[in-house]
Amino acid sequence: MSATIVSLPDQSTARIPKMNFLSKENGLLSWLLTGDHKRIATLYLISITFFFFIGGALAGLIRLELLTPQSDLMAADTYNKVFTMHGLIMIFFFLVPSVPATIGNFVIPMMVGAKDLALPKINLLSWYLYIAAGGLMLYTMMIGGVDTGWTFTTPLSTHYLNTNVVPAGLAVFIAGFSSIFTGLNFIVTIHKMRCPGMTWFRLPLFIWSNYAASILMVLGTPVLAITLVLVVLERTVHIGVFDPKLGGDPLLFQHLFWFYSHPAVYIMILPGMGVISEVISTFSRKRVFGYTAVAFSSVAIAVFAFFVWAHHMFIMGISNYAALVFSLLTMLVAVPSAIKIFNWSFTLYKGSITFETPMLYSIGFLGLFTIGGMTGVFLGATGTDIHLTETYFVVAHFHFVMVGGMLMAFLSGIHFWWPKWTGRMYPEKLSQFAAVTTYIGFNLTFFPQFILGTLGMPRRYAAYPPEFQVLNVFSTAGATVLGVGYLLPVLYLTWSLKYGQIAGNNPWQATGLEWQTQSPPLTENFAEIPIMDHEAYDYEWLERQQAKEVASVG
Amino acid sequence: MSDSTVISEGALAEGHHEHPPYQRHHFESVAQQFDATNFAMWLFLLTEIMFFGGLFMAYLLMRNWYYQAFVEGSHHLSIFWGTSNTAVLITSSFTMAMGVWCAQTRRKAGLVLCLVLTFILGIMFLCIKGIEWHGEWVDHHVPGLRFTDADFINPALDADVYHEYHDRAMAPDTANKTEMYFFLYFAMTGMHALHMVIGISILVFMIFQATRGAYTEGHFTFVENFGLYWHFVDIIWIFLFPLLYLVSRHA
Amino acid sequence: MSEPDAYEYEHHIVSPKIYVAIFVSLLCLTALTTAASYVEMYVFNVVVALAIAVIKASLVVLFFMHVKYSPKLTKLTILSGLFIFMGLISMTLSDYVSRAWGRW
Repeated sequence: MSATIVSLPDQSTARIPKMNFLSKENGLLSWLLTGDHKRIATLYLISITFFFFIGGALAGLIRLELLTPQSDLMAADTYNKVFTMHGLIMIFFFLVPSVPATIGNFVIPMMVGAKDLALPKINLLSWYLYIAAGGLMLYTMMIGGVDTGWTFTTPLSTHYLNTNVVPAGLAVFIAGFSSIFTGLNFIVTIHKMRCPGMTWFRLPLFIWSNYAASILMVLGTPVLAITLVLVVLERTVHIGVFDPKLGGDPLLFQHLFWFYSHPAVYIMILPGMGVISEVISTFSRKRVFGYTAVAFSSVAIAVFAFFVWAHHMFIMGISNYAALVFSLLTMLVAVPSAIKIFNWSFTLYKGSITFETPMLYSIGFLGLFTIGGMTGVFLGATGTDIHLTETYFVVAHFHFVMVGGMLMAFLSGIHFWWPKWTGRMYPEKLSQFAAVTTYIGFNLTFFPQFILGTLGMPRRYAAYPPEFQVLNVFSTAGATVLGVGYLLPVLYLTWSLKYGQIAGNNPWQATGLEWQTQSPPLTENFAEIPIMDHEAYDYEWLERQQAKEVASVG
Repeated sequence: MSDSTVISEGALAEGHHEHPPYQRHHFESVAQQFDATNFAMWLFLLTEIMFFGGLFMAYLLMRNWYYQAFVEGSHHLSIFWGTSNTAVLITSSFTMAMGVWCAQTRRKAGLVLCLVLTFILGIMFLCIKGIEWHGEWVDHHVPGLRFTDADFINPALDADVYHEYHDRAMAPDTANKTEMYFFLYFAMTGMHALHMVIGISILVFMIFQATRGAYTEGHFTFVENFGLYWHFVDIIWIFLFPLLYLVSRHA
Repeated sequence: MSEPDAYEYEHHIVSPKIYVAIFVSLLCLTALTTAASYVEMYVFNVVVALAIAVIKASLVVLFFMHVKYSPKLTKLTILSGLFIFMGLISMTLSDYVSRAWGRW
């Protein structure tokens, strides 16, 4: 029988607190016009889950097509549209907002000891922009989609295709502003709204990670915006800076595009890393090893992220000298991420480890992100990149970091903060089963793709040489298992809203100001602004608190 | 921490403490609110730097590649209108700064006057831009829609410009790069003009509010933050003017 | 605990005299940059033009936008934005500039 640190109130007498942010006001308008960061986070959670399953369905179609070497399930053109929409939706409508807009929105004000984010109306605007962008992207799908690949590479996107590049580009443009406003809000909140005693080095590491990601959002996303404007202009007015016939350079597009899109991958992963810090600490009952190193490595990732983008362009025609410089910088950017992995591992060492669901996802993250990160280094070396780029090796690499890494971190975070969000626990055995299923399904889906890549199977191809079929079949089988693993949480988390056990304030016995409030929290988070008088991850302080506490009746 | 606004009263006060009506409930003090919104506006301006930055990057590259075409293309822009517009925008920045001072020192009439002047100067800027763009339309210098490089292959065709600059004739494959120049001209001044339009629209709202005394009762954050935006749009033009108009004016 | 930066910032009101001085300087610099473009300085034309533009922009930022009297954080924020902008320009140009260097 495994140990557990879960500590729930007596279920026969426990109740959800009557006054909480969910019950405060009723009616559709109270949700659609809310300024409460927790309600906005909830709106986001529902929205991104919706888009996740659309993106997932598209992934299912890809894997179904790839069961056979021929392009028999769909025409090659259609296949191009399917993987493009899969990429666009997963990146811009799921991964980028995943942790920041849901968990971040929910938890950041409470973690710093504030009553809300600095700019609640901008927060709501952010969500509306996301919905508008999502609607436009769905519309694009319905009128025939776009088949340029999520990377909109010119001159394919500006000249050689007659698919719906303009609405897709505009949808991404609008989604970019949603992201910018979220990041802006976080930076202001973290700088200006910390409660008394909350110095920078007492902040939970989740805050540091989101702060770094927010800097990337604010400084990187506008460049994507202007690039998409230029692509739209080139398509509509038929003149532009990317057309070689008119004297332009298609590579300029790639420089500008990847200037955002590389930091984008760190926008996606950093908040997930923040979750890992919280979860590993809580379920090892130990402060994060090397707090300062982890904090500074988040910022280092953010800074380095801006200077490595051309590693996506090694074979596109940049000069060897530029390739050399970018390759070197790419090696350097791997270092802060590795530092984090070491620190989390040392946090586990001699900790009191228990294997609740969030911890299972986080441990999965450690292994899978490490593999994904290391294969990124293979790609960052120009020599190996020439052989591996545009093959399934790249596809496997980014799915390891994005899905094995980020998505697992997201699920870890959702399970970790679910009791705080809803006041309820989810069924533990089922959730652990789902976590393990996800892990197995993930490895079965994506590990064969590393092999496929090194053997030479190109990416974005509907048809492939028959010798690659076996590995593709494994991959599709894994995808089926993975799908089950992702479907289960939606089902049992929804179930738990009504039937889950009452969680109480601090079921995980975690440190952090959000765990000192009721579950679900009050609209204003705290009855009065707390004063922070202890260091982050101070489990001794928590013990003293619990000794003083009188068990409440909810 | 010099950047934090650490509040002590909020935590100790019991119940609802007194605060001015314009202080939002999630802020502990007016100073924190001002500080936070000011910082937020600066962050927004950072995004604008990066947004225009992409255009500046494209411009830099193309100017380097097609310098001759850029020189001769720029000769078709009017120095008179360009310099005048720069002066108009700088003056509007001055009136905006004065407006902020009026709001800070609770001078309602002064504030309204300054905002109205800023508005008028903004409109003037757009009118002059319109005159210039109309001129380019007439001259067939609008890329993609109405463009010919005839007066670059044979510069004598445009008598006024030729008289001033005596540009050399360019071979057709160099001459057609002027379309690139004009594309960047329209893209950059167009994006700038769009930001002006947004600013002017907000100005209208502000003038209306200012006449009702909204900003002269001690709560001038909106005016101050809008001022930041307006000055930023001015700064963009400060760079656009020499880059687009003053490529090389020596004959 | 006191709140030095916020209160200090709020209470520091820049005098109109300074605004007028900056305004006049900006107009003079505009005239200067226009005049300079008529003088043949070869490669230095663009250097002079950009230098004047930077000076004008700095005047607007420091005085009209009150950055001279703003908290350190504001200054740091602007500098970081400019740093990343320069990164975009210089790293992209590093590719274009080195393309002509040929194979090593």
